[in-house]
Amino acid sequence: MPTDAKRPLRIFNNLSAKIASIPMILTVLVVFVGGTAWTVVHSFTKSKLLPKLNFVGLDQYERLWSTRRWLVSIENLALYGLLSLVFTLIIGFFLAALLDRKIRGEAVFRTIFLYPFALSFIVTGLAWQWILNPDLGVQQVVRDLGWASFELNPLNNPDTVMYGILVAGLWQGTGLIMVIMLAGLRGIDEDIWKAARVDGIGTAKTYLKIIIPMMRPVFVTALVLIASGIIKLYDLVVALTNGGPGLSSEVPAKYVINYMFRAQNLGQGFAASTMMLVSVAIILIPWAYLEFGGRKRG
Amino acid sequence: MNIRQSISALGAAVTVALAGTSHATELEVTHWWTSGGEAAAVAEFAKAFDATGHKWIDGAIAGSGGTARPIIISRILGGDPMGATQLNHGRQAEELIEEGLLTDLTELAEKEGWKDIVNPSSLLDACTLDGRIYCAPVNIHSAQWLWLSHGAFKEAGVDVPKNWGEFVAAAPKLKEAGLQPLAMGQQGWQQNLAFGTITVAVAGMDAWTEVAVNKNAEVAAGPVYKEVFEAAAAARELAKGSNVQDWNLATNLVITNKAGGQIMGDWAQGEFQVAGQVAGEDYTCLPGLGVNEILDTGGDAFYFPVVKDEETKKAQMELASLLVSPEVQVNFNLKKGSLPVRGDIDLSSANDCMQKGLKILADGNVLPSGDMALSPDSQTQIEDLMAEFWSTDMPAADAQASYAAIIEAAE
Repeated sequence: MPTDAKRPLRIFNNLSAKIASIPMILTVLVVFVGGTAWTVVHSFTKSKLLPKLNFVGLDQYERLWSTRRWLVSIENLALYGLLSLVFTLIIGFFLAALLDRKIRGEAVFRTIFLYPFALSFIVTGLAWQWILNPDLGVQQVVRDLGWASFELNPLNNPDTVMYGILVAGLWQGTGLIMVIMLAGLRGIDEDIWKAARVDGIGTAKTYLKIIIPMMRPVFVTALVLIASGIIKLYDLVVALTNGGPGLSSEVPAKYVINYMFRAQNLGQGFAASTMMLVSVAIILIPWAYLEFGGRKRG
Repeated sequence: MNIRQSISALGAAVTVALAGTSHATELEVTHWWTSGGEAAAVAEFAKAFDATGHKWIDGAIAGSGGTARPIIISRILGGDPMGATQLNHGRQAEELIEEGLLTDLTELAEKEGWKDIVNPSSLLDACTLDGRIYCAPVNIHSAQWLWLSHGAFKEAGVDVPKNWGEFVAAAPKLKEAGLQPLAMGQQGWQQNLAFGTITVAVAGMDAWTEVAVNKNAEVAAGPVYKEVFEAAAAARELAKGSNVQDWNLATNLVITNKAGGQIMGDWAQGEFQVAGQVAGEDYTCLPGLGVNEILDTGGDAFYFPVVKDEETKKAQMELASLLVSPEVQVNFNLKKGSLPVRGDIDLSSANDCMQKGLKILADGNVLPSGDMALSPDSQTQIEDLMAEFWSTDMPAADAQASYAAIIEAAE
């Protein structure tokens, strides 16, 4: 049959493109998939300083979920994640919408808002540590101005420390989201605005009902960027509070690093990082299914 | 000179240069001694080592042992070993030795008779695994010290306390004068150190040994440790309002008379010295909180990763021998504020506090440090517990229960 004779050739279609992608495929298989599998396997062992294959079943996970520090870390990440996601999107979009109103000096504002993104989390953390320090920062400045009872000391209070970190995180991250949103807004055809105006729809309503639904791909991009930033939250906390006061600003990534290296207990660290992977998968897989799986049907 | 001549001259020059470098080996030494007093002390090592014709490449890693140790260990594991490195001797290097990544110093130690000169002998025991010696101890550090500011107590109008009980009694006066009674850096290890110090002072040596060395969870959950946790809860009240992070910033509060006292290891001494303060006049130190004059004998030691290069190996041995030599021991420990590892040297130039320490050491009132008794894993768990205990209103009984559970699970 003619089709059978042609079939082997298919592999050689676009041969150069396939050869070119071999290094990346290998990297993905060996580094990402292989490394992940290696980590998961070793999380069932009681490896201490060096990885060893002495299996202990689910012991590491049992210990992990009965450790207070881990539970606090998860709670903190959930709180930070939710608030950071919501506020970054809202503030980012709001700033972009304001800039989009063809204001004077747009470039200046854009630069100012984007500037913090150029700083690393470590620098951001240190700067905010000083700003929020009760003896040097905002609190002291306001008190010197005459408002003696003014209090702004979130970082030394276990109940508010995560909000302090959130503020620093937002300050650093919203600029980028704003720029992405602005690009999205500029991609909207001018005629849409004209049509909306002709129909007598108000500006705010146009944004909410017409523009935002049209910007869906932009929102998806922003969402992925924000989400990945949340999961890997580590350096900001280290620079700002180092997990303190007490355990009140610990995050999962910090637990992993601490147990792998400082406590010299690789098994425990691997178990924690596997749990991080699982939680990402739980959120990501249904979303990816809806986002990309749905398109095939439609 | 024609070209050929100049080339051969150049060749000769290069040969000479190469021959020269083969004698002066560069040795990278990593450590985490970065505060003022510590840096001055480590410079003594560098000076002595450079004087032998080798070159000390300083690899200081900022941010205390918790930050530096992972970097050091991953470099050794990753096949990029430094020439020598500081570690706290004890169980931190156990697995590295088992994997054969650290150099065996037994030959040198036997030749120089370290067994006879190192005092207390527990220091060398901590370097020993299966009868072989793997590290050169350089100093003895003890954690059980209370540092008191004379200026602060004068301002509050009370006498400088002579023990922990008096300190607690004087605390309200300090508070009235607007001073911080107890300075405490908000980091787990410092809180753990304060707890350990209170433990030894309140529970005494026997109960401590039973818990930390024999891992007896029943004692840890028992009445003696109940008192310990209650005393720690009282200390927690005194430390409220202390917002600094690093230990030397907390020490600075004592130096500048803003806080009454600090529980910190004898390395705090170096900070007082750098600030030009005199023991007995500007500040007082109370070993064992003035209650139980017992010191632990933790400390720093140098380990030498296995390297291939023969010249480097030789330089490593020379450095190891130098570190325990009498003169270097005196110079280093005077700057560092720690105690020397050998009992046969003259330390009459040491100040009040060091003399106190030396006397306790000579009397043999010593116990092994937590680093030697507990694995880093258990230590980290206890630190986490302490970080929570000191910064929240966690009841003493709850903390004791969690503590007993950690001891129960410890290896």
